[in-house]
Formats: sequence, C-alpha cells, structure tokens
Amino acid sequence: MFAYYLQLGLHSLKRNPLLTALMVFGIALGIGTSMTSLTVFYLMGSDPIPWKSDTLHAVQLDNWSAEQPYRTPNEPPDQITYLEAKALMEAGKADLQAAMYKVVWPLQPENPEIKPFSSLGRATYKDFFAMFEPPFKYGQAWDAAQDKEHARVTVLSSGLNEKLFGGQDSTGKRVRLNEIEYTIVGVLDKWQPRVKYYDLTNGSFNDAEEYYVPFTTAIELQTQPSGNNSCWANAKPGWDGYLASDCVWIQFWVQLNSQAREDEYKAFLDNYVNEQKKLGRFPRPLNNRLPDVNEWIEAQGVVSRDAQIQVGLSFAFLIVCLVNTIGLLLAKFMRKSSEIGLRRALGATRGQLFTQHLVEAGVIGVSGGLIGLLLTWLGLMAVRSLYADLNNVARMDWFMVLTAIALSIVAAVLAGLFPTWRACQITPAVQLKTQ
Amino acid sequence: MEFRPILSALMRSKVALVLIGLQIALTLAIVCNALFIISQRLQLMSRDSGINEADTFTIGSLGFGSAFNVKTTIEEDMAMLRGLPGVVDATPTNTVPLSNGGWSTGISLKPEQKISTAPSAIYFVDEHGLNTFGAKLAEGRFFTADEITFRERGDNTWPPVMVVTRALANKLFPGESALGKQAYLDNEAAPQTIIGVVERTQVPWIGFASDEGPDAEFYSTFVPQRIAFSNFGRYLVRTEPGRRDEVMKAAEAKMAETNHSRIVREPRSVERIRAEGYQEHRAMTIILVGVIIALLAVTALGIVGMASFWVTQRTKQIGTRRALGATRGSILRYFMTENFVITSLGLALGILLTYGLNYWLMTNYEAQRLPLVYLAGGIAVLLLLGQAAVFGPATRASRVPPAVATRSV
Repeated sequence: MFAYYLQLGLHSLKRNPLLTALMVFGIALGIGTSMTSLTVFYLMGSDPIPWKSDTLHAVQLDNWSAEQPYRTPNEPPDQITYLEAKALMEAGKADLQAAMYKVVWPLQPENPEIKPFSSLGRATYKDFFAMFEPPFKYGQAWDAAQDKEHARVTVLSSGLNEKLFGGQDSTGKRVRLNEIEYTIVGVLDKWQPRVKYYDLTNGSFNDAEEYYVPFTTAIELQTQPSGNNSCWANAKPGWDGYLASDCVWIQFWVQLNSQAREDEYKAFLDNYVNEQKKLGRFPRPLNNRLPDVNEWIEAQGVVSRDAQIQVGLSFAFLIVCLVNTIGLLLAKFMRKSSEIGLRRALGATRGQLFTQHLVEAGVIGVSGGLIGLLLTWLGLMAVRSLYADLNNVARMDWFMVLTAIALSIVAAVLAGLFPTWRACQITPAVQLKTQ
Repeated sequence: MEFRPILSALMRSKVALVLIGLQIALTLAIVCNALFIISQRLQLMSRDSGINEADTFTIGSLGFGSAFNVKTTIEEDMAMLRGLPGVVDATPTNTVPLSNGGWSTGISLKPEQKISTAPSAIYFVDEHGLNTFGAKLAEGRFFTADEITFRERGDNTWPPVMVVTRALANKLFPGESALGKQAYLDNEAAPQTIIGVVERTQVPWIGFASDEGPDAEFYSTFVPQRIAFSNFGRYLVRTEPGRRDEVMKAAEAKMAETNHSRIVREPRSVERIRAEGYQEHRAMTIILVGVIIALLAVTALGIVGMASFWVTQRTKQIGTRRALGATRGSILRYFMTENFVITSLGLALGILLTYGLNYWLMTNYEAQRLPLVYLAGGIAVLLLLGQAAVFGPATRASRVPPAVATRSV
C-alpha cells in the first residue's frame, strides 16, 4: 500500500511542479540555514573528549590583587603562576597532572632544502599524553626521570614528522629547535581536538602543537611564554624574578578518577593556598576552582555570542519556512477536494486518505531535507571561508547529518499534518454535488 | 473601499489568514532585528583607527638561540628599511591597531592609588613612530632620538616621557590639557610626563575595556622604547602611496639576505590586519544579509503561492462579479486590498514579536533597544513586498472573463 501511496504522491507532485519546487525549496532553505548554524554551535561547545571529560580538571587559584578580581564579578585567573605550577607538580597529589605553556621556537632542519621556520610547541609534563590521549604512531611519551632531569627530548606531531622525515619512524633521530638538539622519543598520529580545550586562553580553535618538550627543559632554557601573560604586580628583574612573580602564564590540568579524589584534591588546594596566605601571598578570599572539561569550555565562553544569535535567528527562519510550506500544502490539498471527495465516495476510509497525503508530505520533507543537507554542506563551506579560525569546527558531522534528516522529516510531517487532516474532513457528498 | 466583503471572505478562510499573518509577523521580527545588528556592525567596522592603513605593513623576525643580538639587529634593520626605495618611514613597534595582540596596563594619577584611572594599550616605538603610524599630533611634540632606550629582558622600568591619545588624555584629565601633566604607568615607580597628545590611535583589541565605554578603544599610549627582551622583532613600515606591495616583497627579501641567523616572518599589510581583526563582524554582517534576502524571498513566494490558490479557487466568483458589472480594476483592487489587510494584521502581531526578539537579545547578548526607525522601515518593506507579490496573481484574477460564471466549473 505504501508503494501505491508513494506513486500517487509523486504523481500529484508532478502535476504542479512549480508549487512542489516552491515547497521543497522552502524546506531545504530552512533546513540548510538552521543546520549550518546548529552544526557550528554544537561543535563549538561539544565535549571534545567525552569518555573522560568529567575526570579532567583545569586548576584555578585566585592569586590576584586584593583590590580587584581578575575578571568581574569574582573570577579567578584562567592560568597559574610558575610558583604554583612547581609546587603542585612536586606535590603530585592528583592521579595525573601536567603544567604546560605555549612556546614558539625557530626550527632549524638538518635537511638544507627546508628553510628554518618558526614552529608552535608546548612545554609540558609526561602526563599530558596520558590525560589528553593523543594517539602515538611511533615511540611513546618521555618518562618521569626525563621530566626531572630536564632532558632534551621531544614528541613530534604527525604533520611535523611528515615535513622533516617524510613520515618515517623518526624516533631516536634529532631535531634542532632554537639552536638546541632534542632527541625524538615519540611521534603522534593525526590529532586535532576540535576545541583546543587544554589551552583556551590562547585561541579556542587554534591548531594543535607541532612538538612537545619537557616543561623543565623549557624553564631551564629560560623560554618565555608565547601565549598570554598577565600580572597584577611588578615582577622582580631577571628570569628568576619573573619565575618568582605573581604573573600567571601556565595552564595546569589534573586527572582525578573519582568524586572522592576530586574532593581530596580540592581540600589539598585550599590547604595549599591557606599556607601561602600565611606567607603573605594570595590576598583575596579563598576562591579555588576545579572545573571539568565541559565546565571549562562553558566558563571560558568558547561558543561565541554571534554563534548563539545565529542559531536563534536561523530557527526562527526555519519556522517561517515551515509555516510557508503548511500554507502551500494546504492550498494544494484543498485544490484536490473533488478528487478526495470522489475517492471517499468510492470507499476509501479517512485513515487511508490520511496516510496517502502524509506520504505525499513526507516525500516533500525528505527531498527538502536532502537538498537541505547539500545546502548545509555549502553553508559550512561558506562559514569556513568567512571565519578563518572555525576551520576545525565548521565541518559535517555524522550526528548532525542524522539530526538534519530527522529534523526535515519531523518538519515535513508537522507541516503536512494539518493540511492532511483538513483534507480528510472533506465530505464526499458536497464535493460530488458541485461536479 | 470594499473592506467589508474582503473581511467576511477572509473570515471564511481563517487558517490561511493565520498562516500568512504568522509568516509576515516572524519575517518582520527577524528582518528588523537583523538589520539593526547589521547597522551596528557596520558602524563598528567603519571607525577610523587614526593611523595610515593604506600604505603601511608590518614585518618581523625571530632570531635563533641565546647568542642572537637583538639590539644590533633592530638597528641594522631600521637603517636598511628606511633606506629602501619607496619607504617613507619605519619604526620598531610591539604591535599595531586591530592586530588583537599587545601590551596593556592601567594608568594611575597618584602613587598610592589602588585601582588605576584608565586602562591603556602600550605602543613601544622610536622617534619615527608618529610619522610611520601616520597619527596626527594634536598638542606638544613626539619623541626625539635621544629619548629612545632599549627595554631589556627582566627590565621593569619605564622611561620618563610618554605620548597619549586625546581620548586617554580626556579620561585622565577631563576638561583640561594633559600636556606637561604627569601620570603613572607603574605607581610604585617614578611618573611619566605627557609630552604630546595625538588625535586618535586605536588599541589592538576590538572591544577593549568595553565596560569603560566605547572611547576606551582609543586609550593608547606611546612609549619611547625598543623591545629587546626576546628574539622577536617587529617593525611597521610606511611606504609612498601605491608602492606598498612592491616594498613588502623587497623588504622581506632584504631582511632574509642581511641576517641569516633568524627567520623573517611574512609581511602583512595593515589593511589585511584590519580585515582579519574585524573578520567575525564582517562574517556576521554577510550571514545576516543572506538570511534577510532568503527570508524575504521565501515570504514573497509564499504569498504568490497562496494568492494563486485563492484566485483559482474563486475563479467562479470572480466571473460572477465581472458578469454583474465589476471592472477589471475593481477585481485587481480587491486582491491588492485583501493582501494589504492580511499583511497589516500580520505586521501588528509582528511588532510584538520584533520587540520580543529584541528583548531576548537585550537580556542575553547585551544588545540595545531597537530604534523605531528599523520597525518603520521593516513595515514599509513588507507592505511593499506583499503588494508586489500579490500583483501577479491579482492581475491574473482580473483577466478572468465574465463568461466563466455561466460555465459549471
């Protein structure tokens, strides 16, 4: 029976191609617009590491000035000082922990055909790899001993390995960064978190690093951070003065495997800050925080206001498109009143007519949805060209494709329901009389 | 006019009336608010940065290792760049307006002050800074060569003089000239004397210190220092009009050639920096324009579709009216008036929705109240759109011959 209704539906749609095109186009435009904005919105704010996001926590300690908060109303800084990074690493109270900061070094390849270039790296601890789980292609992370003795070791990204060594296993080879030789201990596979959640301070949608080196090594080499640095008081002169200052420039992440561990760690932090208060530091009231990945993305305002406004407006637009389709479908079904009357008179039940017309509406919905998907794909391409930094975010995503298909079918059925119901109210006698 | 029959006819097809009315109401709400957002973004993007953007570009380098000599590099580069054919002037600088990166600090008026009087962006430049930026000097003078020092690694001291923008001067010393007055870049150290005031120079960040008001985006301070605390060096170069792109290439090649112990970073024109700085606002504008066009098209086509349906449905009645003496003009007028009535009803609801949407934007996204002129404009556009859309079907209706009345269907 479904096949027959489908056939009837297609036949009816073909009878008035312009009106059909108008309805399909309306749905497609609505779906395309709303799915484009929804995809960007969803991927901006979606969980980048769903299997463990609730165990990974950013550490926030409020070491800011007594007079004013880091950010109103009373937000602690989003980064921590070197003093705290050192103390927390030495205490090692979390299940996994890593201090980290952004570095930019000139990379001087051995191959004379490749000119030196400036490259983005991250100075961190070995636990970085265990916490954020970038996949390794060759080798592995450096070990605790190498962290301790600030070894000259590095982990390369797959992109950099491709560029320098043609994608071969380069572990054991050397790479020269800012005049210093590092031994490669590991090479990552392709890894690009959609949202660079472990360093939202320096660009939420930036590319992942090209190499990783031990934090202790970068400090020993007096490597200044290339990312954001904020101070509320003057640092003493020199590198040691800077390290001892209240300037914040280090991101600090911990993994805490249970709620109990989280509570313990929170107590440890509060205790640490209270001890520091006795030494005259941390003038503000206790305000330590341990947001997990999703709380952190939310607190740092990763999803831009414009993206939210765009979602709101595009769904209002989808409603307009649906209302439009309801009107046109109604007009179309009403025009067939006499045909419906005839079928009723010949014995078709209301239920049968209802199904038949719903199938017709469904056909419009599905074709509108498919064209809408195509428009979404074009829309995302346009978004990528309009916003250079959304390159990793404005992408088709399987979940979103399924959502789009579901949304278009629901939309078409919703749009078709009322006109179909109205069509079924037609009484055969009246229609036949006017013939 | 014949309002009564139109209304009674409309009352017989309430559903269609509601559908078209709702569509027009939503369209009005979206179009008005989107137009308002667009005009605000355009206003934001059209602000004058106060500097010469057309003929300037930045270029920089990153030296290798701890043995790299930043000071001599800067001196050699400046001599070389200023000597290049086509170059008007050049200065070392830490950043440029709209580049979204730089140095900011709070300026205080008294040493014991706990909270600073004004936030300000800092531009570290030498005596060529004013001419290279192309900023206009309003009062006093700019720096001389002997006032320029190097800011070295771990050095926290500030030079004794500075130049501020007029916006910052007005904030620090409202109602009086700031010239010769003193303020603190660091209130634990000696104050700086303001030796000059420039007309206008934007800070590197769009939306800088927005809680201080829109003027805060022009709170800039020039400091007579060259930065020598890292291996990064950045310069701003101003060329003769029309020669920028050619000089950019020459400067890049020459910098790579004169010193091999560094990487020369790609030169970027200030026009490009501006475009990238305002990228998200431009994108929002383009997206909203697209939404408005698509929305008006969908609504217009919807009206055409519904009107065509009505004309077909009423063919017989039209024929009867024509047979009873109605002119073509009166049939045309009937449909045009009908559309006017429906559109007006929709617009009445639309006014409520428009301010509802505006309220949502105000409470969640710090938008401002929608000025009435946008509402008036939106209403005019939709009335015209409705009339234009219905004109085709109405014309068709007016051509229905009176003879139709005598036929049965």
